[in-house]
Amino acid sequence: MSSKPKSKLLKKDTRSDLITYAMVLVAFAVVEIIQATGSMTSLMRGLLVPLCMYSILAVSLNLVVGILGDLSLGHAGFMCVGAYASSIFSVCTRETIENPWIRFPIALLIGGICAAIFGILIGIPVLRLKGDYLAIVTLAFGEIIKNILCSIYVGYDSKGIHMSFESESSLGMEMDGKLIINGPLGINGTPTDSNFIVGIVLLLITLFVVLNFIHSRAGRAVMSLRDNRIAAESVGINVTKYKLIAFSLSAFFAGIAGVLYSHNLNVLAATSKNFGYNMSIMILVFVVLGGIGNIRGSIIAACVLTALPEVLRDLKDYRMLMYAIVLIVMMIITSSPKLVSFREKYGLRQFIKTKMANRWTKEVQ
Amino acid sequence: MGFLNNFINGISLGSIYSVIALGYTMVYGIAKMLNFAHGDVIMVGAYIVFVLTTGAGMNPYLALLISMVACTLLGMTIERFAYRPLRGASPLAVLITAIGVSYFLQNVALLIFGTQVKSFKSILEFPSIKLAGGKIIISDETIITIVVSLIIMIGLTLFVNKTKPGRAMLAVSEDRGAAQLMGVNVNATIALTFAIGSGLAAVAGVLLCSTYPALSSQTGAMPGIKAFVAAVLGGIGSIPGALIGGLAIGVVEILSKTYISSQLADAIVFAILIIVLLVKPTGILGKKYIEKV
Repeated sequence: MSSKPKSKLLKKDTRSDLITYAMVLVAFAVVEIIQATGSMTSLMRGLLVPLCMYSILAVSLNLVVGILGDLSLGHAGFMCVGAYASSIFSVCTRETIENPWIRFPIALLIGGICAAIFGILIGIPVLRLKGDYLAIVTLAFGEIIKNILCSIYVGYDSKGIHMSFESESSLGMEMDGKLIINGPLGINGTPTDSNFIVGIVLLLITLFVVLNFIHSRAGRAVMSLRDNRIAAESVGINVTKYKLIAFSLSAFFAGIAGVLYSHNLNVLAATSKNFGYNMSIMILVFVVLGGIGNIRGSIIAACVLTALPEVLRDLKDYRMLMYAIVLIVMMIITSSPKLVSFREKYGLRQFIKTKMANRWTKEVQ
Repeated sequence: MGFLNNFINGISLGSIYSVIALGYTMVYGIAKMLNFAHGDVIMVGAYIVFVLTTGAGMNPYLALLISMVACTLLGMTIERFAYRPLRGASPLAVLITAIGVSYFLQNVALLIFGTQVKSFKSILEFPSIKLAGGKIIISDETIITIVVSLIIMIGLTLFVNKTKPGRAMLAVSEDRGAAQLMGVNVNATIALTFAIGSGLAAVAGVLLCSTYPALSSQTGAMPGIKAFVAAVLGGIGSIPGALIGGLAIGVVEILSKTYISSQLADAIVFAILIIVLLVKPTGILGKKYIEKV
């Protein structure tokens, strides 16, 4: 292959990354044009921010599943942490910091960092182990955090912060007290700071950080752990450190997606619909359908699978069943040893390769 | 006396967990995979009994038998069509498939039976025992649950250690390649493991729903995961370990629900998992294997 002309200006990785950024920008431009012509339905407009959010979630989960090679089933939990932490901040500072251009970035940082802290707390014990424990622990974490936030009452008054698991009245607040988290009703009055442009910018930032992380020294270390842990360990790669970096980075962006979610709606309540197991599975379906380890694929799958059931209303009841089938079938097609070796023998790519090789030998002759 | 009552309830719940944990621990020991769908097979088993008794008015014990057979077949079908094609694939692929199967069963049940929680009628009708002048009440479900799980545990231990298919299971769990070379049919052994685990799941489902009568598509999910915690605590791959782990988790859960907080009970159970994984990853009765390169 050394005879290949060196006409390519960019490295293969860089080119692929640029295509991904370009794809997002083109999608943004298309949406803006449709919006400018006024032919966008309110249904589609309502989907724009969730699309960005799901894309961010899918990219961040792909970092764990595809690059780290572990499975996190608690991504909705990290999202929940980010959403609640940032909402509490925004509700409390709504009067003091009136400019959303200052308030929202701080909210983003708070949400992301809180989620990352939880990621580290869970990651330290669990990432040191092999096997499927991370899946179980993250799944449990997601459910527990949802249940706790669903039953907690928090308020503050002149005496300080009050917390209770029973009811609003058991907080025992003064007259001037303000309720922040109202149990199952959640947080009320979050400023709606997020919009489509903010979502796209956040998606681009996420992509930029994640893609550059993958190509960095740390990213290569993480991938070497995924491919052969023992070999990587024996050349001196610190397993816990690199796994923890990747995992907390992923949790950080899940938290960012949570901030985007909570600032898109006025009322934030933890239900099994938005922060439960189903949400974590849905993000996993995006990653699996888009291709494990393929960041661009995750975004495409997230957009297609979110938009499709909204367009095809009849499918709505069968949506989750469809997800389950996608998970099983995609895994068997891509990973079954028999099918893999079959593809290697008779697959389209192989077919083209042998054909080209034959032609080349003929030309030489 | 309240403490003793709670303790007995904990033992009862723990016995159910240990029956479920058996399914996890056997499959994990032999097929080296976490069968996420195990908890949902429990739910299927309970639904079958519910439909046959409440819907068709069948004798509950006959219904239980039919449910066991159906779950056995279901377990073998899942193994044949979802897990067997992936034998030798990366653990991540197997795990994602197992989650897919679990999600599939939950959503099929959701489509058939709807979101409404069904009230499961206990199939047991024995009088409960009152001790110490009625201060300690042991319900019939508690007694039957404990007795049934003990019988299952003893039967399974005998089966694994004394019979030929049982010893084949031990051989496969020890070293799959070597077992195959010695003439053990690995595929059939793994299928048998799934069959036994799923049949027991039907029993566990009925026991669980007789004690806690709310039946929905989510019924099996959380108990399944807690039973996995129990299996890890007892030492994964070990049958007596499943019993010990299950009882411990059941007692801890009920006691923390009563004395600490019902919201935090689940968190405490999973905190145990993390502590076990950190301090003694092989569990109480697990064997330690040295990893060779």
